[in-house]
Amino acid sequence: MNLASNENPDQLFSAIYEEAKRRRNAFKEADVPKIHIGMATCGIASGAIETKNAFETVLAERKIEARIHTVGCIGHCYAEPVVIIDNPGFPPIFYHQVTPGKAKMLVKYFLEKGDPLFEHLLGAMEENDLIPAVTDFPRFRQEKRVVMEKCGLIDPEDIYDYIAEGGYLTLVKALKLPPEDIITEVKNAGLRGRGGAGFPTGKKWELARTAKGQQKIVICNADEGDPGAYMDRTILESNPHLVLEGIAICAYAVGARKAVVYVRAEYPLAVKMVAKAIEQAKDLGLLGKRILGSSFDLEIELFRGSGAFVCGEETALIQSIEGNRGMPIHRPPYPVQNGLEGQPTVINNVKTLASIPHILDKGATLYRETGTEKSPGTAIFSVVGDVVHPGLVEIPMGVSLRTLIFDICGGIPNKKDFKAVQIGGPSGGCLPADFLDTPIDFDSLTQAGAMMGSGGMVVMDEDTCMVDVPRYFLDFTQNESCGKCTFCRIGTRHLLNILERITRGEGHEGDLEQLEHLSEEIKKGSLCGLGKTAPNPIITSLMYFYDEYEAHIKEKRCPAGMCRPLTAYYIDLDKCARGCDACVGSCPVEAIFTTSNRKKGVDQSLCVKCGECVVACPPEYNAVMKVSPPDLAPIVERPVDD
Amino acid sequence: MDNEIKAQEEAMLKDIASQLPAFGKERGSLIPILQMIQENNAYVAPEAIKMVAEHLGIPTCEVYGVATFYNQFRFHPPGRHHIKVCLGTACHIRGGEIILENFERKLEIAHGETTPDREFSLERVACVGCCALAPVAIVDETVHGHVAPSKVEGLMLGFRIEKEKEEREKQENESGQ
Repeated sequence: MNLASNENPDQLFSAIYEEAKRRRNAFKEADVPKIHIGMATCGIASGAIETKNAFETVLAERKIEARIHTVGCIGHCYAEPVVIIDNPGFPPIFYHQVTPGKAKMLVKYFLEKGDPLFEHLLGAMEENDLIPAVTDFPRFRQEKRVVMEKCGLIDPEDIYDYIAEGGYLTLVKALKLPPEDIITEVKNAGLRGRGGAGFPTGKKWELARTAKGQQKIVICNADEGDPGAYMDRTILESNPHLVLEGIAICAYAVGARKAVVYVRAEYPLAVKMVAKAIEQAKDLGLLGKRILGSSFDLEIELFRGSGAFVCGEETALIQSIEGNRGMPIHRPPYPVQNGLEGQPTVINNVKTLASIPHILDKGATLYRETGTEKSPGTAIFSVVGDVVHPGLVEIPMGVSLRTLIFDICGGIPNKKDFKAVQIGGPSGGCLPADFLDTPIDFDSLTQAGAMMGSGGMVVMDEDTCMVDVPRYFLDFTQNESCGKCTFCRIGTRHLLNILERITRGEGHEGDLEQLEHLSEEIKKGSLCGLGKTAPNPIITSLMYFYDEYEAHIKEKRCPAGMCRPLTAYYIDLDKCARGCDACVGSCPVEAIFTTSNRKKGVDQSLCVKCGECVVACPPEYNAVMKVSPPDLAPIVERPVDD
Repeated sequence: MDNEIKAQEEAMLKDIASQLPAFGKERGSLIPILQMIQENNAYVAPEAIKMVAEHLGIPTCEVYGVATFYNQFRFHPPGRHHIKVCLGTACHIRGGEIILENFERKLEIAHGETTPDREFSLERVACVGCCALAPVAIVDETVHGHVAPSKVEGLMLGFRIEKEKEEREKQENESGQ
């Protein structure tokens, strides 16, 4: 599909670009404050809509003119709702946790009186003499944003906002190149698939380009199913056009005229943003027939997944689009030879496609300057769990886990100790503190027993039980196993049964050997990635936390105090204050009673071990104790007449 | 009450029948059709499955097989208040299960069920993508972050007060007339 151009894409695009610039300048030069509010799912969950309403009401009440600009997610989840205020005369200022009350104060003091309320700001978005810049913080300084560069700064619902930032320029550039050159550039950049397996993207494209088929298809895989991972959602919600541009370039390079964006059902906002973005791009002639006057046509369809984790696997995903149960089929033939509708199909992850415009724009050599030799570029992680500053972080490949967890994300809260980090979701593994200096890249992580996965990272402190975590993941994979392969369907069930027994304190000799043995067999006997990797959490935890398993089995003790059948709460009668009733009301099952000397006791037969009484007990007494094994708790009898 | 539910169900089936012709008859339309039914009615009724099978010209068991494979489709009508408790990784390590148990105890149903009066239904979901707010519960589309057992009590108390108020107003209206 060569460019039989009778019109120049440059000319056609420059009209669109001029319009975008005009709008941007009109917005920028307007002599009124601009209020940027982050309105992606996590922002909305933290109350961004209420904050926006509060701004609108107060601005109207006080008759202040200001522009409200809704943007996507900036990735600082701990700070949501995030508001950036660009008040003339001040640098743009980043405010965190802006509640409706704070919004009112900001209008009243900052917009009206020019007091930026130092106690509520996080920092300024650019260097200045007045306010410390956010770039002084490690979180901002050590991140390197390539894919997420514009996330949280532009309005995802406005295509002109994206174009004004240089968006779709790379597509114009690509349309003038021979498709083979694009593939060579992607190959030279060394881009590896960001879906988890790390297959070289350029090679995949080349295979698709040379494959025989009447029509070729590109699928953008946004079926992000790993619990604890949400970067694909954020990118689609915050900068959908970047992904569309990547898809268009990919389609042009491999010779496809049809593309499908497969979005997970649980992401309604992402679905809405992508649908809107496709419409807008079509209206401007950036998608559809004869894109920018060239002979290149591309229709992008949106397909919503229906909530099946296994559909992240490429053959299952294709089955699901075709209206079947999402069960993986044997490879080869690979989808690049025989995929959707029997046609050669390229399936790439959202982050992979979102990296493409940057690579083509800046060139392979510059792209390679970031990251490591074998894993160039950046990695995006959603760092959650027991960490001070959870959120999305984009870092160059090769940064160590320690830097990511302790420097960028602020370490472990509540003065607790780091215990493990779980990388790669249900397919990955738990790495202990010894591995904190491991560089983050595809090969190092696989070597350590975890895997890059799609980028979910859950940090766990000392209170996390390393038998319960694999149990949790097995529960998940067991549920999501499609049932095709016997080893995966029945084997994971057995693994789960054993782990459940162990966490209930009913483990016995030989369990651990059986876990190990079964894990190996399941890996061998399963067809797709789900079964092949499902035992990983068990294998790594057995490798690094063997003593915890032994404590559960031999001593019936949970060292972390997390497995509830193996723990008990009791009230230390020496510490308990006579007459204080704080814990009684907090107990959801009325297990706490008053002893004969007006102190409190816990009825172990009723207690559900939710831990509310620990929170309720005033810190000056701190009388509620947690022990494991449960028979360590002293028995306090309930008075008979109670 | 029974008649009311019956009338509602009939209206729903009629509505589905009117929507079906807009979809193609090829196999690829199956999931989009089921999604439409789920979205409009919050569940896929057994009669609806038969209608879909007829429309596509495939056996009912095929439609049922696909519908039950995917987590998104439900086969029981939801309650007036739908509660979802997230049990993603981050929520799990921060005690999501304790929250789920609390709801189960308060409502006297297991997850996946609806209370007999169709007031509440309870569901466990895998990761809603608000991991930084863990543990998370979604009550009627409102996301509640950092949920604790006492917050569950508070939520349920809120519903009870609301319902009592409604009933009182109803009684007052009736006695007023």
